[in-house]
Amino acid sequence: MAAGPAPARPTSARPMSAVRRALASLGYAVGLPVLLVVAWALATRGTTNLYYPPPSRVLTAFVSTWLSPDTLVRDVLPSLGRFAVGVLLSIVIGVVVGTAIGATPWLRALLEPMLEFFRAIPPVVLVPVLMLLLGIDDTMKLAVIVSGSVWPVLLNTIEGVRGTDPVLVDTSRSYRVRGLLAYRYVVLPAASPQIMAGVRLALSIGLILMVISEMFASSSGLGYQIVYFQRQYMVAEMWSGILLLGLVGVAVAAVFQLVERRVLHWYHGSREVARA
Amino acid sequence: MQQIDTVTGPGPGDVAPGARSGAGARAGGRAGGRRGVAPRAGGTAVLGTLGVAGFALTWELVAWAEVVNPAYLPRFSTTAARLVTELGEPRFWSALGDTVVTWALGLGIAVVAAVVAGAVIGLVPFLRRATHSTVEFLRPIPSVAIIPLAVLVAGLSREAALVIVVYAPFWQVFIQVLYGVGDVDTVADDTARSFGLGRLQRLRHVVLPTALPYVITGFRLAASIALVLTITAELVIGNPGIGRQIDVYRSAPDAPGLYALVLVTGLLGLLVNLVTRLVERRVLHWHPSVRREGVA
Amino acid sequence: MPENTPLLSVRDLSKTYQGASGPVEAIGSISFDVRPGELVCIVGPSGCGKTTLLKCLAGLLPPTAGSVTLDGAAVTAPPKKMALVFQEYGRSLYPWLTVRDNVGLPLKARGVPKAERRAVIERAVEEVGLAHALDTYPWQLSGGMQQRVAIARAVAYSPEILVMDEPFAAVDAQTRADLEDLVRRVWQDLGVTVLFVTHDIDESVYLGERVLMLSSSPTFVQQDLAIDLPAERDQLTTRALPRFTELRTHVYEQIQRAKRGEAVASN
Repeated sequence: MAAGPAPARPTSARPMSAVRRALASLGYAVGLPVLLVVAWALATRGTTNLYYPPPSRVLTAFVSTWLSPDTLVRDVLPSLGRFAVGVLLSIVIGVVVGTAIGATPWLRALLEPMLEFFRAIPPVVLVPVLMLLLGIDDTMKLAVIVSGSVWPVLLNTIEGVRGTDPVLVDTSRSYRVRGLLAYRYVVLPAASPQIMAGVRLALSIGLILMVISEMFASSSGLGYQIVYFQRQYMVAEMWSGILLLGLVGVAVAAVFQLVERRVLHWYHGSREVARA
Repeated sequence: MQQIDTVTGPGPGDVAPGARSGAGARAGGRAGGRRGVAPRAGGTAVLGTLGVAGFALTWELVAWAEVVNPAYLPRFSTTAARLVTELGEPRFWSALGDTVVTWALGLGIAVVAAVVAGAVIGLVPFLRRATHSTVEFLRPIPSVAIIPLAVLVAGLSREAALVIVVYAPFWQVFIQVLYGVGDVDTVADDTARSFGLGRLQRLRHVVLPTALPYVITGFRLAASIALVLTITAELVIGNPGIGRQIDVYRSAPDAPGLYALVLVTGLLGLLVNLVTRLVERRVLHWHPSVRREGVA
Repeated sequence: MPENTPLLSVRDLSKTYQGASGPVEAIGSISFDVRPGELVCIVGPSGCGKTTLLKCLAGLLPPTAGSVTLDGAAVTAPPKKMALVFQEYGRSLYPWLTVRDNVGLPLKARGVPKAERRAVIERAVEEVGLAHALDTYPWQLSGGMQQRVAIARAVAYSPEILVMDEPFAAVDAQTRADLEDLVRRVWQDLGVTVLFVTHDIDESVYLGERVLMLSSSPTFVQQDLAIDLPAERDQLTTRALPRFTELRTHVYEQIQRAKRGEAVASN
């Protein structure tokens, strides 16, 4: 083996200082949005287009509508509250029931076709059914959210529990790790990547159903308000409502990301190592 | 009892060993009650059918016991019979046709737009970075939030519904295309380049096969979402279709008709799932690596 | 040991699976004893049912016929006094737990109080040389270190018998040498009985006091060989001994005959 000088490692091109890098990221992050908003402002300047108000009006409408304590208390908070409770309920039901079903093969075989069928039903279609059965109060709205968001959690939990690595199962059995301890330290963590994927879906479905349940027979809530604005041709307010829903969606996604990264840090870590 | 041999220097000196008794397949005590004994394939199908039957039976009993006002919860038998009747009604088939057309149109537009946009943006790193924040803001906006806007602009029409039907599936496929295009193995790409393949050829021979599984999976997910949104739009906006029929029956109130159509939507959803999975399997059958869904 | 009664006793163990095309006899009939404090190695051609045998021994799989007795009690479920080390260390350690928690989980399951647990864990991890890695995650460690964690977990469990299923098959040669010495050290320090399954003939001779050679399917014990190498062994000198070569050649030949199906039954 010739022992020549070791080949030179390629040096990184033009090392950017941390500040420049941060600025570049910021630039990319806000560049296009700012451009779009400016373009919108210019396009709507001076026109009296009914459907597309200038961004400034949308912003003022946003502040006056949604940030007033009145609307906050009457519409925004109850809506978000129902959303949160509904999704939480879905998660609890989905995980508990899903674990039981996932761990019992015959039960799984028994229920799988029905569960697949229920999941295939567009959640919105259950709104009229639930309206018939439960009337049009808060319980019904909560039921609507749960009826749609429970499925991804439930089905993903079943899948996650079922797919626990057999080597891990054998290990746990051989060390006599059983019962609740096994559930907490083996089954649940092993299934958690799948469960989190289900939770993510549950969040988006829950948000949609929160809005829909209020667009129907309801007299308050985010969804109701947006429809009200549309019917009353209060266009800027309507846009502000859509903007708010977008912000809520983004916020929910961001919070989920944070939680997921924390809960599944081991999963991401091990996959990164495996990929390297 | 047990023979332990010792080797006595170089030389084979072995004796064969302990206890080899005529071992045939011993049908001795098979320990029963093992944890998690899975039913065999035939058993699974039987259990599944049992589950469906059990559901129908439970429904029938609960409705018969009149736990809820029968006007709001008809029996399973009534609903099933009504379903059969509906299948004979032309208005059912016209509604179904409307739904399918809206769904297909919306899905088609979404997929084409997403593939084009995703490919262009995915292949140009600058565009990717520049659009990232915008995409991440627009993506989580629930389609239904756009309903009032769509209605305002386009009225209570199929066009308004199409806006809704296109929105969410577009993002679904778009993201998948981005991932697919971004997943191109740089080694493969460099190899292609060193062989003198031009941009277009590389697109066809390197990018496309890599991205295809992602796109197909995205298509499958988008198909389901599009169906859900089609029916949602029909329910909320009121353009012709199964969704609108459901609303009509709800306000009548015509409970058996409502429940029957709910079953129909479930079956429709299953059908779409089945068909898209078959398509996926068929198209990706030739593909050596089948990627998993559930990215992001 | 005052009595010569075996710790582990396997009698006429047999296991038949329902295969795709009829019954598959994974194990024909296996019988052997392991006395307390012994280090016994099991070698056999690939596909001879070594893993099936281990699962039956560990109570993870019920045998079709025959019996496994540990310390006088029949093994029908994973026994309390047995600890297992698997080949696939990556899949056997819990990735969501640190090394400390991985080693401690079986103790927790047993109900050992926290303070005592802590002490036991630290001793076990010290024994395998990973004291510095207590609060890392298994996937942050190399393959060899992960297997050490698995061994530490088994050691912490204070079993009477340690059963290892080709534990070093998936590890590079240099690490394997270190781990082999670790096993002998643990065995000598703790006085635990060890049953070590491997496909590596040299390893079986280097480690064991006895080597059980399995035939190919339907499996039985082809030969039970005593290894009369000195008790103090090390990688360099022991492997260079002429006796070592004799023994390993003999085992190798046996395995070759097993592969050819030439093993002769004698009753």
